[in-house]
Amino acid sequence: MRPLLFVPLLIFVAMAVLFWIGLGIEDKTSLPSPLINQPFPAFETLSLERGESITAASLTNNEPTLVNVWATWCPTCKAEHAFLNDLAKQGVRIIGINYKDDDYKARQWLLAYGNPYVWNVPDPDGRLGLELGVYGAPETFLLDADGVIRAKHIGDLNDRVWERLGQQYEALKR
Amino acid sequence: MNIVYAMMPELGQLALIMALIAAVFQVIIPTIGLYRRQGWLMAYARPLASGQAIFLLISWLALTISFVIDDFSVAYVANNSNTALPTAYKISAVWGAHEGSLLLWVAMLGCWGMAVAWFSKTLPLDMVARVLAIMGLVSIGFILFTVETSNPFERNLPSQPLDGKDLNPLLQDFGLIVHPPTLYMGYVGLSVVFAFALAALLGGRLDAAWARWSRPWTTAAWVFLTIGIALGSWWAYYELGWGGWWFWDPVENASLMPWLVATALMHSLAVTEKRGLFKSWTVLLAIFAFSLSLLGTFLVRSGVLTSVHAFASDPERGLFLLILLGITVGGSLLLYALRAPQVNSVGRYDWISRETGLLINNLFLIVATLAVLLGTLYPLVIDFFGMGKISVGPAWFNLMFVPLTLALALVMASGTIARWKSDSLNRIWQEQQWAWWAAVVFAIVMPLLLSGPWHWQVMLGLGVSIWLALAMFLDVWRKARGQWRKIPSLGLSYHGMVLAHLGMAITIVGVTMVSHYSIEKSVRMAPGDSAYLGDYRFEFSRAGQIDGPNFVSQAAQFDVYKGERLISQLLTEKRQYTVSGSIMTEAAIDVSLWRDLYVSMGEPLPNGAWGMRIQVKPFMRWVWLGAIFMSIGGVLAMLDKRYRRQKKIPSRVLGANA
Repeated sequence: MRPLLFVPLLIFVAMAVLFWIGLGIEDKTSLPSPLINQPFPAFETLSLERGESITAASLTNNEPTLVNVWATWCPTCKAEHAFLNDLAKQGVRIIGINYKDDDYKARQWLLAYGNPYVWNVPDPDGRLGLELGVYGAPETFLLDADGVIRAKHIGDLNDRVWERLGQQYEALKR
Repeated sequence: MNIVYAMMPELGQLALIMALIAAVFQVIIPTIGLYRRQGWLMAYARPLASGQAIFLLISWLALTISFVIDDFSVAYVANNSNTALPTAYKISAVWGAHEGSLLLWVAMLGCWGMAVAWFSKTLPLDMVARVLAIMGLVSIGFILFTVETSNPFERNLPSQPLDGKDLNPLLQDFGLIVHPPTLYMGYVGLSVVFAFALAALLGGRLDAAWARWSRPWTTAAWVFLTIGIALGSWWAYYELGWGGWWFWDPVENASLMPWLVATALMHSLAVTEKRGLFKSWTVLLAIFAFSLSLLGTFLVRSGVLTSVHAFASDPERGLFLLILLGITVGGSLLLYALRAPQVNSVGRYDWISRETGLLINNLFLIVATLAVLLGTLYPLVIDFFGMGKISVGPAWFNLMFVPLTLALALVMASGTIARWKSDSLNRIWQEQQWAWWAAVVFAIVMPLLLSGPWHWQVMLGLGVSIWLALAMFLDVWRKARGQWRKIPSLGLSYHGMVLAHLGMAITIVGVTMVSHYSIEKSVRMAPGDSAYLGDYRFEFSRAGQIDGPNFVSQAAQFDVYKGERLISQLLTEKRQYTVSGSIMTEAAIDVSLWRDLYVSMGEPLPNGAWGMRIQVKPFMRWVWLGAIFMSIGGVLAMLDKRYRRQKKIPSRVLGANA
């Protein structure tokens, strides 16, 4: 018996446990963020789509708004995209932050898969993402009509997440 | 509808269950034979393996027929096909989604088992019995998984749809007809060498003969993987419309990891066969290679990771697959831990020797695999700590991969000419110094001659590949003692090795050049407009509309001029598929050995203009050309006549003591 030979087995068992938990994990992904109840960080740039001037003040247009952080290199964002399109069709105002990405690729993507965003903030070097405490894409912030961050979701939006986040959204709308 | 055709789904399902029964017997009967040491029972392994494969092929054929005749009462057909879909795509739609591709996966597993049954005449019967029983076990697991959780023959009764939902437009393409089957052949092919390794552990027969049997099977699976990965990359390049060719997507990573380990395995098998060393390590690699194939299958189909390629997830499937993975991988690693201490490698080698070279090769390949594995699983770990589902960007992978590949190529050149057992740096230097100096000169001069900015990475990438290529040529020349006519007699496996290593050099050149010298431009263009990029003028000559069988497309024709000379006409399209409504970009590409010209349509703009993306990508073809060289090298090595020696190895049936 040589204990060293059991190392591959032990590593595999650890991985299997991780997978097993991974299968069970659903949506415990809303973390308390220090940004909750804080105004959205200030920025001033040109929009990805049409190059018009945009700032943090123009985010909400006096209605509750989702701010979605995404990128073309992010497969989870692709999985999430159809759901965002549906939300946009239902009249939810969604602003995009195109995080650490290439502008052209992003425009191609929106053209190919549909554009659920009112407009996009290009964030090629991730500076805005840093201020928002972004771990990775996708992440979504819920802003009230005054541009204050009310909730944050890490990971993809889907039906199950929206059950909870949607309620918060409806509450803010009233 | 003809009554016989209408019964196809039931026939297919029945055949699938028959295959399951055959697999069960394929495990039980030879095992009893091994236990009681009765050859006639072990001999059942071969016909049962063939029977299992034939039933699986019937099942697969039945599903194909249901697709071809548009039997939308079958839910899987209704979800992935349409009457307007061209027949070729109806056939390939069989593996267009989870259920059918799983059926293809098990059918291929059965075929590999049948191949082992046929091409194992020189193997001792007890070895054949063990190998096929283990492959049968794997089959049972996956056929059960198909029948229980992912039955492609399920009916949509009583209300069947009038027409199908159509195949995902991304998959309506030649690349996607051939890419998945090739890749699956590679994944599943690794089960053979896995079964050989377990059989050898069980039978206490980890010797040179075992390594020699394993080598052609490993190489065969590796060739399929190589071609499959290259096809996938080529498809992504022309079909996704961005001109990217590798995305570090979890599913791409899932195919890259078994390839890396299989590459390491091929090399360590060489040491085990020739020198009887690294036995325990080789067995472990064989287990790893197939385990990573299974891991890939799990990651893609369970929904633990989200990806462009991922199939619709279903927790029940995920759990089933995880249990399968746990039994197969956990069981084999446990067997390894218990049995490997009895394996002893005898023999010594010096620090400077081919053994050391191959050991370093293995080390680099395994580190590369771990880097990919970490990058792929990191999002899952983040998820585990409740921090959400995220994706890791390409930066991490490039950071790990580029230096590892260059270092690997450096060792490759010296390692291949080093002698077994013991060599001296001085001798290796004597043999290679001309290649070395030529490469240094080339690496300094070449990047200066290229148009475009100077990058040290280009210097390194080109230098390393030239060195590798020259070192290989020098070695061929030396082995042939400077006579052309002697070159063919150097042996197929030697030629295979040289070709595969040249392929590596070619791919490195391609990747280096295309990563650093690609130029691109996004412009607004109306018909009649021209855009200039590099030495080329792209004229948007005509715009029009094309009606396809199941799509309509906006098309743009480009005339490309170099100076005054028309060198190419390109047609790019923006297709809208009528059933699903999805929009696809069909890029137009002018291909040559030295550069690709790539035009794709972006968004429509006012006044008949379009946003156009134009790219010039130097040496793009070399990335895949290298893979072609590698696969041809693999095929040559496999065909070497020493694997086809007819000498019967004496059966150890009666003397077998486990």
